[in-house]
Amino acid sequence: MTDKPLLRVRGLTKHFPVRQGLRATGLVRAVDGLDFDVRPGETLGLVGESGCGKTTTGRMLVRLLEPTSGSIEFDGRDITHAGRRELRPLRQELQIIFQDPYASLNPRHTVGRIVAMPLQVNGIKPPGGIKARVQELLELVGLNPEHYNRYPHEFSGGQRQRIGIARALALRPKLIVADEPVSALDVSIQAQVVNLLRDLQRELGLAFVFIAHDLAVVRHFCQRVAVMYLGRIVEIGDRADIYERPQHPYTRALLSAIPDVTQLGPAGRIRLTGDVPTPLDPPSGCRFRTRCWKAQDICATEEPALIPRDGGRQATACHFPEGEGAGTSPEGEAAGTSPEPVAAGSVAEATVSGVEPAGRGAEANVEEVSS
Amino acid sequence: MDSSEPLPSGEPDDRPAVPAQRSDQDAYLRVRDLRVRFDTEDGVVRAVDGVSFAVERGRTLGIVGESGSGKSVTSLAILGLHDPKRTTITGEISVGGRQVVGLPDEEVRRLRGRDMAMIFQDPLSALHPYYTVGRQIAEAYRVHHPKANRREARQRAVDMLDRVGIPQPARRFDQYPHEFSGGMRQRAMIAMSLVNDPALLIADEPTTALDVTVQAQILDLLADLQAEFHSAIILITHDLGVVGQVADDVLVMYGGRAVERGSVEQVLRAPQHPYTWGLLSSVPSLHGDADADLVPIPGNPPSLINLPSGCAFHPRCRYADRAGSRSRTEVPELRPAGADGHLVACHLRAEERATFYAEDIASVGVAR
Repeated sequence: MTDKPLLRVRGLTKHFPVRQGLRATGLVRAVDGLDFDVRPGETLGLVGESGCGKTTTGRMLVRLLEPTSGSIEFDGRDITHAGRRELRPLRQELQIIFQDPYASLNPRHTVGRIVAMPLQVNGIKPPGGIKARVQELLELVGLNPEHYNRYPHEFSGGQRQRIGIARALALRPKLIVADEPVSALDVSIQAQVVNLLRDLQRELGLAFVFIAHDLAVVRHFCQRVAVMYLGRIVEIGDRADIYERPQHPYTRALLSAIPDVTQLGPAGRIRLTGDVPTPLDPPSGCRFRTRCWKAQDICATEEPALIPRDGGRQATACHFPEGEGAGTSPEGEAAGTSPEPVAAGSVAEATVSGVEPAGRGAEANVEEVSS
Repeated sequence: MDSSEPLPSGEPDDRPAVPAQRSDQDAYLRVRDLRVRFDTEDGVVRAVDGVSFAVERGRTLGIVGESGSGKSVTSLAILGLHDPKRTTITGEISVGGRQVVGLPDEEVRRLRGRDMAMIFQDPLSALHPYYTVGRQIAEAYRVHHPKANRREARQRAVDMLDRVGIPQPARRFDQYPHEFSGGMRQRAMIAMSLVNDPALLIADEPTTALDVTVQAQILDLLADLQAEFHSAIILITHDLGVVGQVADDVLVMYGGRAVERGSVEQVLRAPQHPYTWGLLSSVPSLHGDADADLVPIPGNPPSLINLPSGCAFHPRCRYADRAGSRSRTEVPELRPAGADGHLVACHLRAEERATFYAEDIASVGVAR
């Protein structure tokens, strides 16, 4: 693996204007200044809750959306505002897999035609003919090549997602953006598709930007992970760093909120109050401060920068990062410090009546906009 | 609540093969040999095919299964929400001592909302967009309290909104569903379903549409309200992690049948059915070896119109051959397995299951 990034993103921003009639009345700051790199063959997970901007980011990367500002460099070329014609050769190397295997396949086309489409559009004539290449691709993703002439409705959800993957692989891309590729599937099928993507990634040396809300799935697929909150990356690092030594309070809270099969009963989780504030009017300073138990005055006035720590592989945007690389696990540390590991009994009080100043701030934010 | 009505039949002696659960007799909800059939153009769909369970007040039953396993159909049958023209329901559903199957619509409606209530997955489609949230909650109250006047109903609704953790409940009362965030909407739904203090609450994937941090809040809220109102809860979900966190008992469904039933410790810590093993080892975990492959269940969930013969799971079961041809010809009965109250429907012998579990699953799967 070389150190030269395949994908280099700097200050990537997308603002959507909100209109009432003809007047623009506000801006949804969906993505607000992202910096990250993806090296060849590397898998980067973009995780976060709904509204954090992960899907918007994915769509900008494959240029389905036009960035408001910032830059995207792919393989050394600046593609931020590349036009249609410039994009065409690029699309061969940069593909996307969508979340909904039902909506992303044309129901009137046969599977063969769907998978062949990228080849035809790009005028590519594979050595053995298009049909042979398509059948090879179907086999690669674990579908029966003889089902070439069937229609999408004849396949189950998991199989349809495999068709979408075959289509993305048709042009031998270098990077695939996968937007929640398994979240619409049943659990037993999710594992099949995750394993398939992993095998393909290893065999073909593909780089991935894997967008997901499920941190457990991301852990099984990605080498690096970027955690997003309200349009910004709050923490980025290698998998082991993010999952074993999270430094941003939000990463910790997110990890501890996931119900894990290996833990029965209400474990000592970190409780966040309130909801994510609206991106129409994000909080000043650190955007997480309205739900953060560590927030101080400085958090409201000064936005923390994404600063690398521990030799530069893990970066955190927080004024008060967690136990500086001390290797503390959320469970272990939760016993003593601030987040008040709520015991089973008092849990509900903390959440329900616990509309503390922080929570109220978030709440007020939502209300202001909605009324 | 009026439970003085005589119990319809139910002689404990001529029961089907399903053994009694510890709590069966005094449970608030008892479902016995429930069968739900839909007649469609393509054939008869046996959505639920002989399912039995019971839930006591103060306890939570988690019903786990994939799409088409019959978990939601079961809950709609309990609430009497199926269209009688197209649905055939047999078996016994007793809610607080009253048999729901065959009860006239009017009487089921009286039970629904007062004695039993439901929380749906998607609060945005379950709440009416045209009316304020508060008005909908107040209306749910007045339906069952005809003597209550407007002001009392409003007060009750505001109290409930407050109780489920909605800030400024009096102001929120007059807002519309679209003005609430996803988590707040789910709280409002919970407030609406609890406004009449129902003894039985059915929550169908109540947190699936929510983000994890909000999901944690809602699960806590449910547990807390249960402690306060002492209600029986059925939690329908595909997420074993959620089940492990809040359920007391677990029912695993596959192809419209119960394949395993027991306490949450029994089912998640010492699972007996190969399908449960498959579910557990296919779920990615936050612990253990992240580089190890997940162990998926091969194939797809079955079609209910054309259910595989014998054990419905046999085409996807890697141990089906060990049980010989029976797995293809004979539907396995739910029988006691291992510890007290733990039931499994599998043709494999107990020793065989123990060996397979120890060798193939515990070493790589659940214990990851």
